[in-house]
Amino acid sequence: MNTTIMLFLLQDGITNGAIYALLGLALVLVFAVTRVILIPQGEFVTFGALSYAMLATGQVPGTAKLAMAMGVVAFGLDLFEARRSLRLKRVARAFALNIALPAAILALTYGLAGPKTPIAVNIALSLLIVAAIGLFLYRIAFQPIAHTSVLVLLIASVGCHLALQGLGLVFFGAEGLRGPALSNAALTIGPLRFTGQSLAVYGLTIAFIVALWLFFGFTLMGKALRATAVNRLGARLVGIRTTLSGQIAFLLASLIGAISGILIVPITTLYYDTGFLIGLKGFIAAIIGGLVSYPLTAVAALLVGSVEAFSSFYASNFKEVIVFTLILPVLVLRSLAAPAVEEEKD
Amino acid sequence: MNQRTPLIIFALVMAAIPFIPGVPPFWIVLLNNIGLAALVAMGLVILTGVGGLTSFGQAAFCGFGAYTTAVLTTAYGFSPWLTLPLSLVVSGIAAVLLGIVTVRLSGHYLPLGTIAWGIGLFYLFSKLEFLGRNDGISGIPPLSIGNFRMLDPGTIYFAIWIAVLVSALLTMNLLDSRTGRAIRALRRGHIAGEAFGVQTPRAKLLVFIYAAVLAGLSGWLYAHFQRAANPTPFGAQAGIEYLFIAVVGGAGYVWGAVLGAGIVVILKEILQSYLPYIFGGQSQLETIVFGILLVVLLQLAPTGVWPWLMARLPIQPGRNKPDASLPLATPARAQASSAVLLQIEKARKQFGGVIAVNDVSFDVQAREIVALIGPNGAGKSTTFNLITGVLTTTGGTISVLGNKVDNAPPQEVVRLGVARTFQHVKLVPDMTVLENVAIGAHLRGSAGAISSMFRLDRSDEAKLLAEAARQIERVGLGDQIDQLAGSLSLGQQRIVEIARALCVDPLLLLLDEPAAGLRHMEKQRLAALLRQLRDGGMSVLLVEHDMGFVMDLADRVVVLDFGTKIAEGTPDAIKTNPDVIKAYLGATA
Repeated sequence: MNTTIMLFLLQDGITNGAIYALLGLALVLVFAVTRVILIPQGEFVTFGALSYAMLATGQVPGTAKLAMAMGVVAFGLDLFEARRSLRLKRVARAFALNIALPAAILALTYGLAGPKTPIAVNIALSLLIVAAIGLFLYRIAFQPIAHTSVLVLLIASVGCHLALQGLGLVFFGAEGLRGPALSNAALTIGPLRFTGQSLAVYGLTIAFIVALWLFFGFTLMGKALRATAVNRLGARLVGIRTTLSGQIAFLLASLIGAISGILIVPITTLYYDTGFLIGLKGFIAAIIGGLVSYPLTAVAALLVGSVEAFSSFYASNFKEVIVFTLILPVLVLRSLAAPAVEEEKD
Repeated sequence: MNQRTPLIIFALVMAAIPFIPGVPPFWIVLLNNIGLAALVAMGLVILTGVGGLTSFGQAAFCGFGAYTTAVLTTAYGFSPWLTLPLSLVVSGIAAVLLGIVTVRLSGHYLPLGTIAWGIGLFYLFSKLEFLGRNDGISGIPPLSIGNFRMLDPGTIYFAIWIAVLVSALLTMNLLDSRTGRAIRALRRGHIAGEAFGVQTPRAKLLVFIYAAVLAGLSGWLYAHFQRAANPTPFGAQAGIEYLFIAVVGGAGYVWGAVLGAGIVVILKEILQSYLPYIFGGQSQLETIVFGILLVVLLQLAPTGVWPWLMARLPIQPGRNKPDASLPLATPARAQASSAVLLQIEKARKQFGGVIAVNDVSFDVQAREIVALIGPNGAGKSTTFNLITGVLTTTGGTISVLGNKVDNAPPQEVVRLGVARTFQHVKLVPDMTVLENVAIGAHLRGSAGAISSMFRLDRSDEAKLLAEAARQIERVGLGDQIDQLAGSLSLGQQRIVEIARALCVDPLLLLLDEPAAGLRHMEKQRLAALLRQLRDGGMSVLLVEHDMGFVMDLADRVVVLDFGTKIAEGTPDAIKTNPDVIKAYLGATA
């Protein structure tokens, strides 16, 4: 192997790794706040990417209608929950969030969608749609069981993944889609060519890592979110609105997922079920980071991306096998470092 | 009603179905699929529902079973019956290798790990040349007995359902045994089990292997039923579906697996045939409905359909009363060489900068009740955890009967005859009082998993249950013996913990706040019991906040404050000790 190939592979690995890092960060974020291991993160990626790709061809993606439908269900749940104290203000707030918001997004999508719509508008629309889906997903699937064990939440999360992936097939069909590039700028350093796309990937990843680190380390809201994760009851007793924390976490995670999707859909063709695999690679990074550390997750994601790039060059058949068994040595290390006394959970 | 009767009726019904005239062959195929799924789900019941270890990777173990027989029968001409044990062994070995890595992980790392290696193995199956890559292996010979070849679904039906029934029977036998109780205690954390000698990592590995072997059996049957093996049914999606089946049926119940498999397989069939009519020709629509149903089910009935159904049955299965007269041999232990039972010298425990126990020294003599008192946070429970090996000491020595125990694991400490209760009750709420107490006698039995499965453990088991019943009677809970531990009041649960500790036949009993939550009369009964135990030759070390109770009962009192021993003496001396009064009431009281 010569240096050029190695550099190419490394570049490829880092670009992919940066995407995994973004997803890994979102997973850590959601887990740290809600204890939900977010398997549907991959669906946020495909929904974001394929909505963007469909909007680029001038069509209205089915995800916009899904957001509306989920909003209606969420509104129903809100009403049911508040049935004993049905005050106008409360109903109005639920209506604004669950009905008016997705209706506005749907109307905007229908109004703006067209073959000539600028890329920036399409991106904004896709992000809005997926963010709304993320928000309602938490309200519908997880908020009612927020107090249960990590395992129950995990199984529910798998259920959401199945449903959303099936819906992905309905909305986007079995054919893969590709979206237009965000920019055609390119930069050449030595033998390597950096496209505007990959530079955007690096930039956004770094920006998110720094932003999340600042948010959770130094803002009251971030600390409140972390407190919710440790002890929901305790957090509520000191005045933190735990459902709001969960909604914010899901909102951020779906946004990050959609952004990752939009970043990669111009580079590779995405299918309705691609997100699951991409999301799982983010997982491996998140697990290496112990589901708590943002910087460690980012480093691990770059490692995963590089291992993937190199193994696709040397043993392309076994690329996925190698990437997924990468987790085993990590688990061994985690077992060895397991604390002598673990707290018991009920 | 006999516990076996429903099983026999079920077996007869299943045996009769193929002979009913007019049963469509397609139904038999469905029943075969149900049986195959039920086998895997049964493994998940014991692994996830009972043992608390969630696995999304069971489909991969099916793959090991199926591919083992596929390769050996097609490429090497092995007889299918010869490959049965080999398939099971291969699945088992895979489970040992993956299990050593994964079962030690706590909580959510385990399911995540199983997803990852489940997918990794799926890709491995679909890329390996000798497994036929994505196309898999076809032309697998059918099962045959003599000249009778099980070619059509109606004949292999019997092989599949015999496997299901036998596995269900073995699984239920296993759960209703010494090993089974250890497994059922796993989900509630490892500390309580280990305090009575359960080797938790070994028990976890055991259920992991057991579940994998059941999955391997399902895979072996699948290969000879389909006569082909390809990677698709062994992927992540299938692994998720098996877990779904277990959750739907009732993850804690063996028959929940069979019921869940029936519900899910039939539902899937219905959805696949009717949904396209409703929504047009899209495929995979059933996964949407599936996913939504899973989420709804978890919100409405998290324990599954089986327990819901059982609660509505008019006839509840009876329980056999243990024969309390069977004797259980006293454990062989080193006899007391001196009068000093427990010797603690300068024991020290630091958590980072906090000194929880600061060079504490005291001893417990034979036939003595010693009380360890002190304000909250004085280090009393930490001292208990140091003695019983739950925590390791930072310095100093602890010895029982002259044997140094500091930093020995809890399983070793209990072998020396030190039994304990917990400040926060650690019982298994969905096990009966009898079963909970029998965990205390874990080290006094010897039957292993295999003998339990084949019911060779009955005489051993009867003695353990008899001992448990005697101790329950002794602490005065004879009327509650068959109730679920979780249904008792907190005070009664503490008494159950004492009965469990007594099952060890201990020399030294460590009681962490035994009187908390008891009424006045119950406290008096407890005090009488403890005196009686002391007069019978046992020593008691107890932590308690009820001063009336302590001062009345204890022969000697040791007072801790901020991790340091501030006084030791008879109750009367302690009551008037100025340091003690200062610690409890503040400066110049």
